[in-house]
Amino acid sequence: MTVIFQKTKGLTDTPFTYCPGCTHGIIHRLVAECLEELDILDRTVAIASVGCSVMSYEFFNCDAIQAAHGRAPAVATGVKRVLPNKIVFTYQGDGDLASIGTGEIVQAAHRGENITVIFVNNAIYGMTGGQMAPTTLPGQITTTSPYGRDVSKQGEPIRMSELMAQIPGAAYIERVMTADPVSVRKAKRAIKKAFEIQKNGGGFSMIEILSSCNIGWGLSPVDSLKYIKEDMAAYFPLGVFKDKGAAQ
Amino acid sequence: MKGRVTFNTDRCKGCGLCVSVCPVKLIELDKSVVNAIGYNPAYPAYPDKCIACTNCAIMCPDTVITVERLDD
Amino acid sequence: MSKVLMKGNEAIAQAAIAAGCDAFFGYPITPQNEICEYMSKYLAKSGGAFVQAESEIAAINMVYGAAGAGARTMTSSSSPGIALKQEGISYCAGAELPCVIVAISRGGPGLGGILPAQGDYNQATRGGGNGDYKVVVLAPNGVQEATEMMRDAFLLSEKYRNPVMVMADGVIGQMMEPVEINTDPLPKFEKPWAATGDSQSRGTRNVINSLFLNPVDLENHNIALRKKYDLIEENEVQVDLYMMDDADVALVAYGTPSRIVKSAIEEMRAEGIKVGLIRPKTLYPFPFKQINAAADKVKFMLTAELSMGQMVHDVRLAVNGKVPVYFYGRAGGMIFEPKEISDAVKSHLGGE
Repeated sequence: MTVIFQKTKGLTDTPFTYCPGCTHGIIHRLVAECLEELDILDRTVAIASVGCSVMSYEFFNCDAIQAAHGRAPAVATGVKRVLPNKIVFTYQGDGDLASIGTGEIVQAAHRGENITVIFVNNAIYGMTGGQMAPTTLPGQITTTSPYGRDVSKQGEPIRMSELMAQIPGAAYIERVMTADPVSVRKAKRAIKKAFEIQKNGGGFSMIEILSSCNIGWGLSPVDSLKYIKEDMAAYFPLGVFKDKGAAQ
Repeated sequence: MKGRVTFNTDRCKGCGLCVSVCPVKLIELDKSVVNAIGYNPAYPAYPDKCIACTNCAIMCPDTVITVERLDD
Repeated sequence: MSKVLMKGNEAIAQAAIAAGCDAFFGYPITPQNEICEYMSKYLAKSGGAFVQAESEIAAINMVYGAAGAGARTMTSSSSPGIALKQEGISYCAGAELPCVIVAISRGGPGLGGILPAQGDYNQATRGGGNGDYKVVVLAPNGVQEATEMMRDAFLLSEKYRNPVMVMADGVIGQMMEPVEINTDPLPKFEKPWAATGDSQSRGTRNVINSLFLNPVDLENHNIALRKKYDLIEENEVQVDLYMMDDADVALVAYGTPSRIVKSAIEEMRAEGIKVGLIRPKTLYPFPFKQINAAADKVKFMLTAELSMGQMVHDVRLAVNGKVPVYFYGRAGGMIFEPKEISDAVKSHLGGE
């Protein structure tokens, strides 16, 4: 017998605090596996944001800094500018990145900061109890869109990957999902590519990962994966939206 | 049998994602057991069916599953 | 080094570089722009990092990151920008990060004006962010002292692992005065706690954080911070006493206005009115003891501020009812003349 899959050294022993079936746990593992496989655990500073993943600094087996809500890209900028040869990544949810932190994420890309952004989009504010987020789908019921998101009053959900891809400073933008084993494997490839780009000084990379919130959505973990694949991915198409490296 | 899956039972939250993605349906939630964190943990009900595809471990949100492949 | 005629903002920036500032994060706002401009021109030359951030909020969070990574770092702004930084400053205090915030104050509230004022005293000394935290606040009275206080600020911030603010009124930022900047290198502080990234070789993970969900931990953290502030209050008070030995009246003023008050004192002394000046150089820690002691020897005190009255409350706290504490102030960028101060003193003298 040879072990072909085991827990990565990129994670600490601290159990995840996420709800049963929440794909944050999968994404954490993918990031950690990439850090281990690229042999950069000893060079990495993780920037935790505010949301369900606020305590990600307990889970990633590397140095970490916990940032104020929405400000992780600015904190990452500060770290990267004084430690240019270290690997710096932010781990942010849609409330953190696409709402309060819109300015910071756009400007970090605008400056072409050589950092990696892991953007977990589950279309809701999970930590605070399931409120509407800028990415909540039209008609989707949340605790602050109890009659379903009304686009005439609350606008249509924002597509961050497409928006960020317009920024000249952005080097690599891809959207993936965690709906099934195939898409999870693809998501890992995308995350690893982003870190490789950073390792090679290639500039700003962001991977948007469609993720679940079974508690907030009121669905079982398995049905939540279906919701990602059928509802989320329909509105937020997967794919590479910017690849400066390939363009050269 | 081509592989073997082992579960770190006390970290399982009984979410059932592994159950849903196992191509040979060998994993089930053990309703007769409540683990250390209060959930019915997943376990290999039909271990011999395992084909070491690692789907279960890939979909597990809590790094509960280790997968081994039989040395041929 | 001989004296050089320099604009306050530029002198402050050069003093920061001389003190070993590694990284500066700023944003344009009058009347402190020349600090950012100077840094963009000279910091890179000394191997430091310069970023003009997208907002004052982003700038203080960049400081939070750089400080968390172990760098000697600072930001600068003026009143409305300093207001935007308050949450970030609270995070720096909560995570015990050394950093320097230069505040060149202007008239408020709101967009206010761009001329000098001292209306941010309460925000600076009470903390405009959330929670029980303190920021050391140094208040220079001229360009030379501002450069000296920049060194103090970096030293104190690293000694106590706490944000330190240098709060100068707009006059200092904009006026030119001859200065001699101390270029002796500041000692390098060891920062074993910094998140520098090499967790595996270090053998431990360094985490910069101010989140404590467990209330027992958060209360203990607050108690530990309080001990630090007690130490600061015990050891770091700086205050100037001018002609206080035989004074019947004590004027209390800081920053450039304290120099106008000195002119008023000379006028009054010439008329036989024995007036002295107490000039806090640290607004936090505030010289409560010194002011309380002075209250035993004077008939009353009067604070002269470029605001509608903020430090006066601390002076009353210090005096604790021993004698009356009056106030005279100008706001909106208006600056009082010596005669206004003399008239104010005489009006209260007459009252006896």
